[in-house]
Amino acid sequence: METQTAAKLTKKDFQSDQEVRWCPGCGDYSIIAQVQKILPELGVPRENVVFVSGIGCSSRFPYYMNTYGYHTIHGRAAAIANGLKLARPDLQVWVVTGDGDGMAIGGNHFIHVIRRNANLKIVLFNNRIYGLTKGQVSPTSELGKLTKTTPYGSIDRPFNAVQLALGAGCTFVARSNDADPVHMAAMLTRAAQHKGTAFVEVLQNCVVFNDGAFDGVIAKPVRDDMTVKLEQGKPMVYGKAKDKGVRLNGYLPEVVKLGNGVTEKDLLVWDEKVPTGLAFEIASLEAPMPMPMGVFRAVQQPSYDELEYKLQATVTQQKGVGDLAKLLRSKDCWTVK
Amino acid sequence: MLNDETPRQGRGNAALPTVPPTEAPAPNAAKTKARQNVDNVVIRFSGDSGDGMQLTGTEFTRATAQAGNDLQTFPDYPSEIRAPAGTIAGVSGFQVQFSSSSVFTSGDQADVLVAMNPAALKANLGEVRPGGIVIVNSGAFTAQNLEKAGYKKNPFEDGALEGYKAHLVDITRLTTLALEPTGLPKKEVDRAKNMYALGLMLWMYDRPMEPTLKYIQAKFAKKPEIAKGNEIALKAGWAYGENSEIFAGAYEVPPARIEPGVYRNISGNEATALALLTASQLSGVPGFLGSYPITPATDILQELSKHKNFGFVTFQAEDEIAGICSAIGAAYGGRFAATNTSGPGLALKQEAIGLAVISELPLVIIDVQRGGPSTGLPTKTEQADLFQAVMGRNGECWLPVLAASSPADCFDTTLEASRIALKYMTPVIVLSDSYAANGQEPWKVPLPEELEPLKVHFRTDPKGFHPYLRDENLARPWVRPGTPGLEHRIGGLEKNFDTGAVSQDPANHEKMCRTRTEKVDRVARDYKPLKVNGPDKGDVLVIGWGSTQGAIAQAVEALRKKGRSIAQVHLRHVHPLPLDLGKIISNYKKVVVPEVNLGQLILFIRAKYQVDAKGINKVQGRPFKVAELVAKLEECF
Repeated sequence: METQTAAKLTKKDFQSDQEVRWCPGCGDYSIIAQVQKILPELGVPRENVVFVSGIGCSSRFPYYMNTYGYHTIHGRAAAIANGLKLARPDLQVWVVTGDGDGMAIGGNHFIHVIRRNANLKIVLFNNRIYGLTKGQVSPTSELGKLTKTTPYGSIDRPFNAVQLALGAGCTFVARSNDADPVHMAAMLTRAAQHKGTAFVEVLQNCVVFNDGAFDGVIAKPVRDDMTVKLEQGKPMVYGKAKDKGVRLNGYLPEVVKLGNGVTEKDLLVWDEKVPTGLAFEIASLEAPMPMPMGVFRAVQQPSYDELEYKLQATVTQQKGVGDLAKLLRSKDCWTVK
Repeated sequence: MLNDETPRQGRGNAALPTVPPTEAPAPNAAKTKARQNVDNVVIRFSGDSGDGMQLTGTEFTRATAQAGNDLQTFPDYPSEIRAPAGTIAGVSGFQVQFSSSSVFTSGDQADVLVAMNPAALKANLGEVRPGGIVIVNSGAFTAQNLEKAGYKKNPFEDGALEGYKAHLVDITRLTTLALEPTGLPKKEVDRAKNMYALGLMLWMYDRPMEPTLKYIQAKFAKKPEIAKGNEIALKAGWAYGENSEIFAGAYEVPPARIEPGVYRNISGNEATALALLTASQLSGVPGFLGSYPITPATDILQELSKHKNFGFVTFQAEDEIAGICSAIGAAYGGRFAATNTSGPGLALKQEAIGLAVISELPLVIIDVQRGGPSTGLPTKTEQADLFQAVMGRNGECWLPVLAASSPADCFDTTLEASRIALKYMTPVIVLSDSYAANGQEPWKVPLPEELEPLKVHFRTDPKGFHPYLRDENLARPWVRPGTPGLEHRIGGLEKNFDTGAVSQDPANHEKMCRTRTEKVDRVARDYKPLKVNGPDKGDVLVIGWGSTQGAIAQAVEALRKKGRSIAQVHLRHVHPLPLDLGKIISNYKKVVVPEVNLGQLILFIRAKYQVDAKGINKVQGRPFKVAELVAKLEECF
């Protein structure tokens, strides 16, 4: 139901007049640049785009976008966006959240909007730390992490955000990172075009409180060997020399070296419509295995707002357009003269 | 003392009229017994929570409304869906007061108690006035049930019923006999007992059976054999009253003199739901309710869920916070939005209410109060959320708070709250409570065209726009996302007064806090003048709020009849307080504030008007009784 337009806008049209106040070098700059780049390509009128955020560094995002925007309270962006989209299915509603905002205080709303297939585009800025409060352990921080609240190492097991979304039944799940803008733009575009809940985890560097958290995976020198791209219909090949791949051993993924009788034909050919269970196993891959980047799952199911308005139409057809005077007098009435 | 003609347990059926139930007289057929005229009656139906007493009470009430009496009801049920059967904890009650004159409460003491089992008798006998009628289902007084109810001796034998007109009727057995020809299984026969009791009570007060018969037909449309069984039980109960010799006579309560119009019975929760729908229809702004189930507020969500053909969206959220947050999202999107809850839920919603206050979005928040703190008494009534409604948020965070004074008043109060929210771009809290929400009374049904129109303006003009520009009421513009040229950002951070951009400036923050507060204060300019019930000047002024209205009105009237100089003023607006209240207070020597809490409104009254007000307070999960108030007020002279 999101309205399309022909008027071509540019990246600049989506930049607000507010000075951007993230730390120099923050990964958030990379994300906002890609969002502003892809929006003009989508053909959605600027006035029909809304960014809703909670609290945290990432949640300043709406102020820098020249669209409609609502900077709300900690953890509640998904809940507020859900009401907005339900009230106004004609709008394109984005949720900008972080690992603290979305996975900790807002965890309940996160899984429930996904469960309902609410028609929202959720972008999770995952820097594995509480940045705005200056460096505490987050629900995606790794075990043993030293932070201000875990001076002896964290004993708090992390969420895998992609697995959490898949487990809640998300109809579109993708992962990208702030060091690969081209890939990120592609993921965001796919998310924007998806009908139903679209979830994109973006690995994002916090230059002050968790600098280099993903260096071992996404830094230029290692990224070809430490990540694997999920590409629809293509075998899962990776490595600088394209000499490695992921295949299934039973139902578990394993890494193999190509050659010595192992060919691309033995590798897992990625399909975004695989059963959630397989996507879940693939999402579990992390160092020393290659971390998958790309679309884990993309399936079409009716979105919540779509079902609501369909139901409204059906009921209206059965009962007729509501008549207030009649409704108020619908129960046993009597007249006093 | 036991009524002489009362059949003893096990013997009663010998005296049974032998009219086959299917040939029971038509409703309102030949009334062979003399009927005594009475002005006012309170009946309390009570039984195990599985006995269907809420239904029995509701059906009696419907018939009573149609007989033209004024009335008010009070359902009193346990918080467990099924507490152990037969125990005191499992007793469910329904009280109704009806009269040929105005009724303000559900009544202090019952004139008639219908007790379906020993626990019901034990729990409720104290609520019956001396000399009142007690109708007991003697068939349920087995040794086992007596023990469950904690009776050491059978109350029929130890004089417990002395001083009452007790009628022991083996309803269990009589229903079984009446339903024998139907061949219905024992379980269904057992479930029809309440219809037998209802039939007897309808006979006793000359109420029509038609509404209940219609109800039975509709309810069991797909199970005609059960419909028939219930119908037989109802008619058999009626026939028993008419034909058995144990009831010397029945009563007649002539219709009340009521303002002409079309009436229906309505509960407070129904009235609240319909008011939200009405506000949406009057304003032409489609409605949205974001909600999470919580006793005693859930009926509002359930009621509104039925009306999808009005374009009203209801959303059952994952929690209380998402309930209000979805409503805030909808309000931001340009819908007329509301959320409903009870005390614990309001506590959870407070941070989001703060967001609605600083975002200056219209939102109606219904709090159907119950006994607290914490889970407290989930099904019982209390007025102890006033503080959290008025002051329960961080920061200078004021909003209008209204309170409904009766079931039907929930409609007017909620509609007014909606008008305020839309006019001033502010969240508004409506305080209802379990007593008003679940109680029923006749409601004069308005025609939509008789109601004051509700105008809403969405800004579309980009010229000179910023999101915190204010109109003459200090309200900021409401802009629907999707409006070209008005793209803007709002949120929980403080905003600059002149530009609407985020601002940390100290002086600006104070200016914004003062402006938001002033906006809420200005709402009081719209109130209608307060109505003083009683002399303009005098000894005592009683100030109440919420569902205590009826009990206070009756108590004050009783004292005036005794020659006391006493007046009542009842507040719908608890924040901001009405502008004329100070002047009224100055006309009396003493101010008394009765509340179903330990003293909340009184604090505001004392602080604001610097008057040495006295409180009358009760927190027992029950509304005030008129007699209690009369006694306490008497002490104030």
